[in-house]
Amino acid sequence: MALFRKKKKYVEINPRRADELRERRAQIPDGLAERCPKCQAIIFQNSIESDYLCPKCNYHLQFPALKRIEWLVDEGSFREWDSNLTARDPLNFPGYQEKLDRSQSSTELKEAVVTGQAEIEHLPFALGVMDSRFVMASMGTVVGEKLTRLFEQATEKKLPVVLYIASGGARMQEGILSLMQMAKISQAISKHSQAGLFYCTVLTHPTTGGVTASFAMQGDITLAEPEATIGFAGKRVIEQTIGSDLPEDFQTAESVLKNGFIDHIVPRKKQTQVLRFLLTAHRTPAESAGV
Amino acid sequence: MKAYDIVKKARDIQRLSTIEIINALCSDFMELHGDRRMTDDQAVVGGVGLIEDQDPITIIGIQKGRNTEENIRRNFGSSGPAGYRKAERLMKQAEKFQRPVLTLINTAGADAAPDSEEYGIGEAIASMLITMSELTVPTLAIILGEGGSGGAIALALSDQVWMLENSIYSILSPEGFASILWKDSSLAAEAADIMKLTATELKELTVIDRVIAEGEKGKTFSNEELAERLIPEIKTAFEELEKQDSKDRVANRYERFRKF
Repeated sequence: MALFRKKKKYVEINPRRADELRERRAQIPDGLAERCPKCQAIIFQNSIESDYLCPKCNYHLQFPALKRIEWLVDEGSFREWDSNLTARDPLNFPGYQEKLDRSQSSTELKEAVVTGQAEIEHLPFALGVMDSRFVMASMGTVVGEKLTRLFEQATEKKLPVVLYIASGGARMQEGILSLMQMAKISQAISKHSQAGLFYCTVLTHPTTGGVTASFAMQGDITLAEPEATIGFAGKRVIEQTIGSDLPEDFQTAESVLKNGFIDHIVPRKKQTQVLRFLLTAHRTPAESAGV
Repeated sequence: MKAYDIVKKARDIQRLSTIEIINALCSDFMELHGDRRMTDDQAVVGGVGLIEDQDPITIIGIQKGRNTEENIRRNFGSSGPAGYRKAERLMKQAEKFQRPVLTLINTAGADAAPDSEEYGIGEAIASMLITMSELTVPTLAIILGEGGSGGAIALALSDQVWMLENSIYSILSPEGFASILWKDSSLAAEAADIMKLTATELKELTVIDRVIAEGEKGKTFSNEELAERLIPEIKTAFEELEKQDSKDRVANRYERFRKF
């Protein structure tokens, strides 16, 4: 019966070591490093260049809105619009205000979109940039309001609009009021278009849900960043509905281009140049006449 | 030259192509993709360009491949409904932003396949014709090689239509014509003789406005030389068209096709 009596030997560790590790980890500041979602490499914050590409595989990392604006437009040309509009909790949804507070303090933004006016090589345009760090840049009433005002003011000022889109879709905590934003924004975009003005979207990771089904697909020209997820219903939802797996490239910018819904995939390194070209090629008659 | 010899020249895949003209005409060009319905048809190349860094133009053309691989990708220059819907989308944009439209045609005909039928190739061409008839911006169409049937006229309801000297423009291919009329497609050469599909014959019938020479004194131009000669002609034509009031231009175009 030696077999049962024989005691298995385990590696012994200092019981205090686990606590020590926990303590040491607590001393590492948050957000110092992150993993590249594509190549899994650990990226230290201070190794990220101003274009937020993975230094190892060039994956287009999540780009904080204010950083993106600083990187994209002529230095000092950005003037923010409606900077006083702050996310709110219109339906008194349990836990929502706390979630907003947390997002506001971690991102230093008041809502998931920053809007304003800027220039690229002295070509003026209205600019909106969504930030997926803020409640997945979902479309709440204030996101909708800021975007609607962006188009209304652009129409008034006869400016083209460039919109960097990222969104998880509707903001569940604002329910039906979130859905109404799709209608509200679409109306403003239509008026802007009827005035003969140019609207260019840049779809970034992820562009989904009600945002895809409204202002993401209403541009005159639709650009996308490489490998961005672009779709309506989530991949998991569809897999559960049809009961089978979906292909690897499902809802990637590359496959959506092939399906005919995107004009061009433009890597970050080329975006300023491409937008300069498009703003030049889409001068409105009033602008080119010097009005 | 016999008509069928011109047919053969028109079908040469090394002929001056849409992409070569785009590169010669534009200082900067961005191809725009997709029909916003189901796919991106690569038989049609379209986009927006700048002439001499300042004048925007919309260019849409049919591109045949130069080798087998490219030909498969471009479906041998036969566009399905998606290609025409992409072209129509880009034309509506040209109208919105008041850019002239240049169309470049080289197709044996629209894609004849079950898929294209199911997705409405007939409707796609029909809708293009309406859109082109409503454009108020200057439009010029140039037939570079084959101008086959509905697939060609879908892009050629323009203020002016030109043909390269050795291109053809017809109701269908000489083979198809022979097979319908004489139930024998091998009689294509005889068909070509009577179909009036050459540039000179079509100029006489005023179906087209200009024939562009492909050579002089017995020497044929290279593609580069031909493009170089064509570009200033295109620029002048658009300048002339822009001088007209858009109402006159639309009325003239109406009469241009009304007379047939």
